[in-house]
Amino acid sequence: MTEKIATREAYGKALVELGKKNSNLVVMDADLSGSTKTAGFKKEFPDRFFNMGIAEQDLMGTAAGLALSGKTVCASTFAMFAAGRAYEIIRNAIGYTHANVKICATHAGITVGEDGASHQTFEDLALMRVIPGMTVVNPSDGVSAARLLEQIVGIDGPCYLRLGRSAVPVIYKDTDEIVLGRAVQLKDGNDVTVIATGIMVNEALIAAEELAAAGISARIIDMHTIKPLDEDIILKAAGETKGIVTAEEHSVIGGLGSAVASLTSEKHPAKIAMVGQHDTFGESGKPEELKKKYGMTAADIVAAAKTIV
Amino acid sequence: MSYHFSAYTEEMMKTNELKKIANDVRIDIIKAIHAAGSGHPGGSLSAADIMTALYFEVMDIDPDDPEKKDRDKFVLSKGHAGPALYAVLAERGFFPKEDMMTLRKLGSNFQGHPSRGRVPGVEMSTGSLGQGFAAANGMALAARLDGSKSRTYVMLGDGEIQEGIVWEAAMAAAHYKLDNLTAVLDNNGLQIDGRNEDVMTVAPVGEKFAGFGWNVIQIDGNDMDQIVEGFAKARQCKGRPTILIAKTHKGQGVSFMTDQVGWHGKAPDDEQYAQAMKELGGEI
Repeated sequence: MTEKIATREAYGKALVELGKKNSNLVVMDADLSGSTKTAGFKKEFPDRFFNMGIAEQDLMGTAAGLALSGKTVCASTFAMFAAGRAYEIIRNAIGYTHANVKICATHAGITVGEDGASHQTFEDLALMRVIPGMTVVNPSDGVSAARLLEQIVGIDGPCYLRLGRSAVPVIYKDTDEIVLGRAVQLKDGNDVTVIATGIMVNEALIAAEELAAAGISARIIDMHTIKPLDEDIILKAAGETKGIVTAEEHSVIGGLGSAVASLTSEKHPAKIAMVGQHDTFGESGKPEELKKKYGMTAADIVAAAKTIV
Repeated sequence: MSYHFSAYTEEMMKTNELKKIANDVRIDIIKAIHAAGSGHPGGSLSAADIMTALYFEVMDIDPDDPEKKDRDKFVLSKGHAGPALYAVLAERGFFPKEDMMTLRKLGSNFQGHPSRGRVPGVEMSTGSLGQGFAAANGMALAARLDGSKSRTYVMLGDGEIQEGIVWEAAMAAAHYKLDNLTAVLDNNGLQIDGRNEDVMTVAPVGEKFAGFGWNVIQIDGNDMDQIVEGFAKARQCKGRPTILIAKTHKGQGVSFMTDQVGWHGKAPDDEQYAQAMKELGGEI
């Protein structure tokens, strides 16, 4: 059986390790430390943890002040409230000042599940991607989440790290190379390319097997960094395969699909099919039920791939 | 007796000097806004005395080393009063006065609202109201973590405190007992659409902040003695943040701008400019 861990769990553990190495690291939360998993850091380093209460705007504004005074700050809350409610503070207090704040947002996308539409954000990647100088990262599993966290903490400037609530299969081995800004080709193929991000990477790997059974060779790419986008790997795929399927647990408007379509339309027009949330709100349900209902499963990737080849 | 007498005169001389600088600051404000052809004179003039006191009397800063370790920090949360901040920094010697006459022009570092990293001494990019307050709290928390003696000052507008984040930040500063932070409310009573009480009542502001756990000091924010004394008292308060509720006059120093809503965000024309300069004793 494949090992499973939520990316937020991996984040929480990695934070504690980083806290031991980096005494300049400050972690902040908005009354969700048990859920975002910053509680481990809080326990280990209480002096360097600030709970701002249920006040996401203040969380981001205060994070900016700490960062502009030389601290490296990880600010966590649910993605809906980080990217959504506090958007303009992130834009002006963190983005415009290029403050060294890492917005580590959990419970993104449809797999929040039972909490329903008010908590299921499909807009965060779009909102963050459009801010100048913002690095945007959406890891697919626990290993890459930890590795990418370490890398964004190591660079100067604002970053958005998208994390999920549900446990997802571990894709990478600890020895695998995972580099910020460089997508990972997990499987080669000649017919179609699936560029996936976040939890959709695992769905893409499942889809590749189904496509292989149907005689279709699919190239699978993990686009863990949404910005800066790894343009080379996308343009190579556009040239070497018949088209690209993008797969994200996010709106097809403004997210990975839009980023890939925008790049290819300018530099190497390619057939594109987008798997993701199609301009609608979510609802309560079990994550797996919701993924199916809203078209974000391996089967949806397979169907999209077949429209291309 | 003679000792007391000389101390008294020294105090008076200091106050007179600060008043003179504040007047020069007002001249610079009007000049820059007139040259720009747009900007916010009303709220810049109301805040000029307080900001002069901060940079010339209260704060530990060094114009020759704007990034000095353990320096005191000032965040102009009401960022539209940027011309007042630029003028005070110029008077204090952070950069030549002529530089700020490029205010609001293409390519100028003197942005319509302060932008950190573009002008020496500007600690935070502001303009979107309320955010500077939260950032100042962050700076105060960082100073505490570092064991630094640095104090953080933040100026808010009274219209600004209608923003929700202001009360989130007010709660947080009290919760974290930020006695190394002093806020000043530029309480001129006016905002773009009219008087505070006609747009959205903010009074009673002192009671509100007191209710949030703050040490509240009421002063006349256009009276230099009261301003200096207010900051001195704020420094003495331990275990909680202090706010100076500074009653001010919007447009203070220029008769036709004083307490006039219409002068929130427009530049004087040439005739008005000449009149303002005449009143302030500035050269055109």
